Amino acid sequence: MAPLISIKDLSVGFQGVPVLRGVDLTLQKGEAVGLVGESGSGKSVTWLAALGLLPRHANVSGSVRLDGREILGAPASELDQVRGGRVAMIFQDPASALNPVLTIRRQLCEALALHRDLSGQTVKAEARRLLDLVGIPDAARRLEAYPHEFSGGQVQRIMIAMALAGNPDLLVADEPTTALDATIQAQILELLSTIRREMDMAMVLISHDLGVVAENCDRVAVMYAGRIVEAAPANQLFADPLHPYAQGLIGSLPPLDGPRRRLTAIPGTVPDPASMPDGCAFAPRCTLAAAPCGLAAPTLVAIANDRAVACIRAEASRRALLGVAAE
Amino acid sequence: MSAPLVEVSSISRSYGMRAGMFGRSMAVHAVDGVSLAIRKGETLGLVGESGSGKSTTGRIVLGLEPPDRGEVRFGGKPMAMPGTPAWRAQRAQMQMIFQDPLGALDRRLPVATQIREPLDIHGLGEPAGREERVRELLRAVELTPAHGGRYPGALSGGQRQRIVLARALATKPDFLVCDEPVSALDVSIQAQVVNLLADLQAQLGLTLLFISHDLRVVRQISNVVAVMYLGRIVELGSADDLFARPEHPYTQALVSASPAPGRRSAGRIVLAGDPPNPAARPQGCAFHPRCPHAIARCGSEVPALSAVGGDRQVACHLVTGPQAETRDAA
Repeated sequence: MAPLISIKDLSVGFQGVPVLRGVDLTLQKGEAVGLVGESGSGKSVTWLAALGLLPRHANVSGSVRLDGREILGAPASELDQVRGGRVAMIFQDPASALNPVLTIRRQLCEALALHRDLSGQTVKAEARRLLDLVGIPDAARRLEAYPHEFSGGQVQRIMIAMALAGNPDLLVADEPTTALDATIQAQILELLSTIRREMDMAMVLISHDLGVVAENCDRVAVMYAGRIVEAAPANQLFADPLHPYAQGLIGSLPPLDGPRRRLTAIPGTVPDPASMPDGCAFAPRCTLAAAPCGLAAPTLVAIANDRAVACIRAEASRRALLGVAAE
Repeated sequence: MSAPLVEVSSISRSYGMRAGMFGRSMAVHAVDGVSLAIRKGETLGLVGESGSGKSTTGRIVLGLEPPDRGEVRFGGKPMAMPGTPAWRAQRAQMQMIFQDPLGALDRRLPVATQIREPLDIHGLGEPAGREERVRELLRAVELTPAHGGRYPGALSGGQRQRIVLARALATKPDFLVCDEPVSALDVSIQAQVVNLLADLQAQLGLTLLFISHDLRVVRQISNVVAVMYLGRIVELGSADDLFARPEHPYTQALVSASPAPGRRSAGRIVLAGDPPNPAARPQGCAFHPRCPHAIARCGSEVPALSAVGGDRQVACHLVTGPQAETRDAA
């Protein structure tokens, strides 16, 4: 099956400082892929670059193909059809993404007029249908309300409604629930998964929260310092992480049940993009690091069906694991 | 079992709020009849969503603002009047750590100077020995004396929170209030700071009030956990037991809403409705409009926090004793 979107060797630099250093990622139609990593790992930049949303001084290279067509560096007229139409994006802070002085109806209808051939009463009817779909009660009346009249969770619902206006094939959700309380986060995540099933829409869920990604995605890619270091089906990644950084991230998460143990914190901090270490960017913090780790940056290598890891030590540990299992 | 170091008895605090520029002023009950006891050397975790009154509780416990009603006792004595010498002496024994370390530090001063400041203010130790005390504090939070010469802007988020912690420990306090101390940190750094806090607590015998919305972090560090909803405690119990067997429907939803790697969201309790608004507190049990089990009585009568067996206390009409499991079977 041809992938919906295929990113190859995507790199981004700001004033000569590399922040994204060769990302490869493909998404099938209808698939949910999670991107996890700490701040500065390049999760958001990957999609901002892919959709041509970075400022002009950003140095972007590589290839992003949507249904086989290159969209990286495509003319604005073509990108306008893609952004909001084929690919929609929602962000962490929904309140700042809405215009405070326009009613929800004006803003929803604007998105509908841009991406769908609707006019007059049909636009308004469609706007009401979208608000209903995302679970805003009393949609007909609430269309006339302004953003400040809604709660944080409701504003994120409205953003989702707007994102759905163009009937997208892919929704990129960048930390969609980070600013919300736990019980409201559960509501929004449930809404996203329902909509995704009903519309057969692919989704990229960007989050620093491993739990959120694990529960809502089919596949997960772990990013560190501008690269994908491990990609695997969600259940396998959390049951059996291979990259020492992925292992560290999971070990850092306090358990909610079972015996309490000391957290296995990853020592040190994320490297400064302006002075990346030679070789593997994680080596200075890695407990398994050996001399060759400092020589060359490991590439993302497929190690099993649908699993890939960028670590020379992980392959060794994997072989050891398999050897034990064979006995 | 030792006597409690901090005892909070039915404190309440409300703020005046105006609806719109010319609207009528109305009272928002941020904290409403909260009682807590924290034993020496232990940690009490306070969880709840935004607007639940957990930060206000922390500020009242620390004497940063007075309660409208109720009393806070520290080491068996009531809190002194703010501004008096007795209050000063008491305040040196209790410190606070906030979520945003950059906001808590002065960007224009080297961090060593800021760690030294409480020593000068409270006149602790010989002036000549204070430099050495600052170096000792930096080592205690696993930084080097070289970090002391830097400005906050030149440190990472985790390092800044360590500086704030070092400064809080300068007066050798017995009691720390930590308000979302790791919420702004990345998960790997969060684990470092949580481990450090646990180590320091064991070394120094610190008593902690740990305020957070993150159930995982709270469970990791707490002996006892209190769950707040709209200014009241709805459930209180030992950390492991409370998260393993939540009794209050709100706690059950909170625990269920916490995503876990390796578990799909099947069986999750998703609460209907919006987060509560402290300015429009529902009649009766504040949680009843969102509660999946609510009965008529919940809409009229406020449930009191009462013991239900073991060391658990629950404020719910439907949870009345050790036989509460029958509710789930029904």
